[in-house]
Amino acid sequence: MRLKLVPQHTSFDFFSRWKLWLGISGLMMIVAFTSFMLQGLNYGIDFRGGTTIRIQSAQEIDVGAYRDAISPLDLGDVSITEIFDPTFGPTENVAMIRIQAQEGSEAVTAEMVEKVGEVLAEADPELKLPFDSIESVGPKVSGELIQTAVLAVALAIGAVLVYIWLRFEWQFALGAVAALVHDVILTIGIFSELQIRFDLAIIAALLTIVGYSLNDTVVVFDRVRENLRKYKKKDLKEVLNISINETLSRTVMTSVTTLLALISLYVLGGDVIRGFVFAMIWGVIVGTYSSVFVASTILLWLGVKRDWSKPSKNAGNQFANVDA
Amino acid sequence: MLQIDTWKRVLIWLVCVTGLLMALPNAFYTRVEQSNDAKTAIELGIDTPEMQAEAAQWPNWLPSSLVNLGLDLRGGAHLLAEVRVSDVYESRMEAMWPEIRDALRDERESVGTIRKQASEPDEIRVRISQPEGMSRALEVVRGLARQVQTLTGVGATDIEARAEGDTIVIQLSEAEKLASDDRTVRQSLEIVRRRIDEVGTREPTIQRQGTDRILIQVPGIGSAGELKDIIGTTAQLTFNPVAGRGTDPDAVPGIGEEVVPSLDESGVYYTIESAPVVTGEDLVDAQPSFNQNGQPAVSFRFNTSGARRFGDYTRDNVGAPFAIVLDDEVISAPVINQHIPGGSGIITGNFTVEESTNLAVLLRAGALPARLEFLEERTIGPELGQDSIDAGKVATIVAFVAVLTFMALSYGLFGIFANIALIINVGLIFGLLSLIGATLTLPGIAGIVLTVGMAVDANVLIFERIREELKSAKGPARAIDLGYEKALSAILDANVTTFITAVILFAMGSGPVRGFAITLGLGILTSVFTAIFVTRLMIVIWFERRRPKMIEV
Repeated sequence: MRLKLVPQHTSFDFFSRWKLWLGISGLMMIVAFTSFMLQGLNYGIDFRGGTTIRIQSAQEIDVGAYRDAISPLDLGDVSITEIFDPTFGPTENVAMIRIQAQEGSEAVTAEMVEKVGEVLAEADPELKLPFDSIESVGPKVSGELIQTAVLAVALAIGAVLVYIWLRFEWQFALGAVAALVHDVILTIGIFSELQIRFDLAIIAALLTIVGYSLNDTVVVFDRVRENLRKYKKKDLKEVLNISINETLSRTVMTSVTTLLALISLYVLGGDVIRGFVFAMIWGVIVGTYSSVFVASTILLWLGVKRDWSKPSKNAGNQFANVDA
Repeated sequence: MLQIDTWKRVLIWLVCVTGLLMALPNAFYTRVEQSNDAKTAIELGIDTPEMQAEAAQWPNWLPSSLVNLGLDLRGGAHLLAEVRVSDVYESRMEAMWPEIRDALRDERESVGTIRKQASEPDEIRVRISQPEGMSRALEVVRGLARQVQTLTGVGATDIEARAEGDTIVIQLSEAEKLASDDRTVRQSLEIVRRRIDEVGTREPTIQRQGTDRILIQVPGIGSAGELKDIIGTTAQLTFNPVAGRGTDPDAVPGIGEEVVPSLDESGVYYTIESAPVVTGEDLVDAQPSFNQNGQPAVSFRFNTSGARRFGDYTRDNVGAPFAIVLDDEVISAPVINQHIPGGSGIITGNFTVEESTNLAVLLRAGALPARLEFLEERTIGPELGQDSIDAGKVATIVAFVAVLTFMALSYGLFGIFANIALIINVGLIFGLLSLIGATLTLPGIAGIVLTVGMAVDANVLIFERIREELKSAKGPARAIDLGYEKALSAILDANVTTFITAVILFAMGSGPVRGFAITLGLGILTSVFTAIFVTRLMIVIWFERRRPKMIEV
């Protein structure tokens, strides 16, 4: 007996309420964007400069006591967040201290770290020294990192637009890119809404989401292209529905295996990369949704030229004859 | 149609076996690492029975390259430093002043008296009392300019002079600034490398980044602060009179003398006078060259005050040795052949060309030519790194088992084929990582886990397609064949797009993010390979043996 998440044959109508789906997606994007505009992202030091120190203590962490200990040092904006993780033992109490970039120096000075260590050791005799990790990024580099990150995401989306355009038609490219923009905005939105730390690794996650969502979209589009040739008489909506239904089993299978892997990493992979993995889990879910309800719907909305009578035009666009 | 040529079959298995063999050392990481370290030590001449035993832990005929662990996994310090290249302009202009002054004084007739004006540090402003002599003055100053080697070729000189009223403004030319920046950064890089090598940590990464930055990563060091101390210590270069030479490190030096070891000759100690004649601060330049007899030598040049002291000393001590001492070690102790008046000299010895080049570098490398500003620093404790490795291991295994189970439940026998391919796939990723000497980081582990999840995608596409083809009542062989054929375009499109994003990540990212891009990119390559070649081969072999009338996917 086989495990089947999706029945052999399905015939869901994905486009009976397509305006509603586009509306919902649009609304979610607006909510995400508003949240981003109002709250902004909780940028890590990669993007705004400053220092983070990871501390560990055998006793309960008293954030207030730490704050009182550090405040006489006059370091400006200091935030202390305790971190909880199922992989920590009972004597592992971990917190992150973030200190803003200091006037007049790019990266942290050794004296500052030493002083922070001294005052904290007074407040908490069980504190583990030297610190587990100290990371410091100067304002100069953080500015460049923001630029590079934005450029990377834009480049990825642009490259994909061109690739799909070459391999399919421009309507497909627009549909795919709309889905990507949707995924990226929703991911940034949830990071802003939940105020999860947004650092360089999250940009890597964003690009992976771009890759994954695209993977999904392309598989559906590939089938659409095939079916457009197969069912010349059926209208676009019907062809889209058939294609999505035919690929539904694969879509669900791949999402499930990817989520299985990511969830085990989320639970067991430790707190250092949890934000990164969270972004990817969210991206897989949103990306799967968007390839059906955004990419395909936009394709339906734009319409697609069905003139396949000129074979020469598309002959060069097929890999189907590649010998494997 | 289910035919695969024998040579293709052999090739596919060969690739798999080679990949897995390359990956094998990583399964015994500590053992192989110890063995490799011991082998290096033996090559360096430290040949003890313990070393031999450690080296024998891993047989020689097996591959022994390992995946490098990134700082976030191994612990260590990371520094990004910017070289303040403009510091050098200042000292260059200072050194230039006496020359300009003397040249203009010789032209007193036409330019009158000269007076140095206050100015920005990277320029010299000279006022002349007879402005009508300006054109002559400019001519004289420009006559001091030297040619600069540039990529564009001829025409560029190292200084530029222009007139502002009755003032001459002298600056380094743009071409010279570029050339100087490059030299400064290369010199700094060399010095940083030398200082870190002295500490003897394993596998430091010291790279130039962009035009004026240096990236320094040292695994296993306690903190970035410690690393900064190592780099920041100024090397002390001195020229001292030599009082004696011997092999006894405990020789009692006279008053005002000290005993220092020789850098190159082991067991040799020099007794030198503690007060140096000249120090490295007075050294302007050192270049590898040749003496009159064509033997490799090092020529050097002092600034004015250094030249005077050096000249006086060499005049009075012809025939006596003097020591070139760097950080309390004698680099060499040549004998003074004659009076050296001009502030420039030549060090001869039994040098090879390479040695003279190194000595020149060492002499120039006395002190950092410019200040370093640290833009970014990260310290990761070894325990945190170990925790990350452990967590990553557990997560990868659990992800692996979950995906394997799920695939077997969903596709039965075909799922098991896909699972074998998946295991080979992860092996191939590690094999490739070891082969290209890539660095595994924590996000890199995430990339592998993600690959485990996504790698089955290609197989899922194929299997789903075979199912569909079976529905339209085709024979099993035909259905399998069509399944592969029709799924191919979707597999290629989907993976090319993901690969594009991995390439962009690699090009734009740095450090850990780049590690993620590498595993993601390699994972795409290996998963496409295993899906369209390895599982297919397994299915074909199975099909040939069994010849089933019916198949269930």
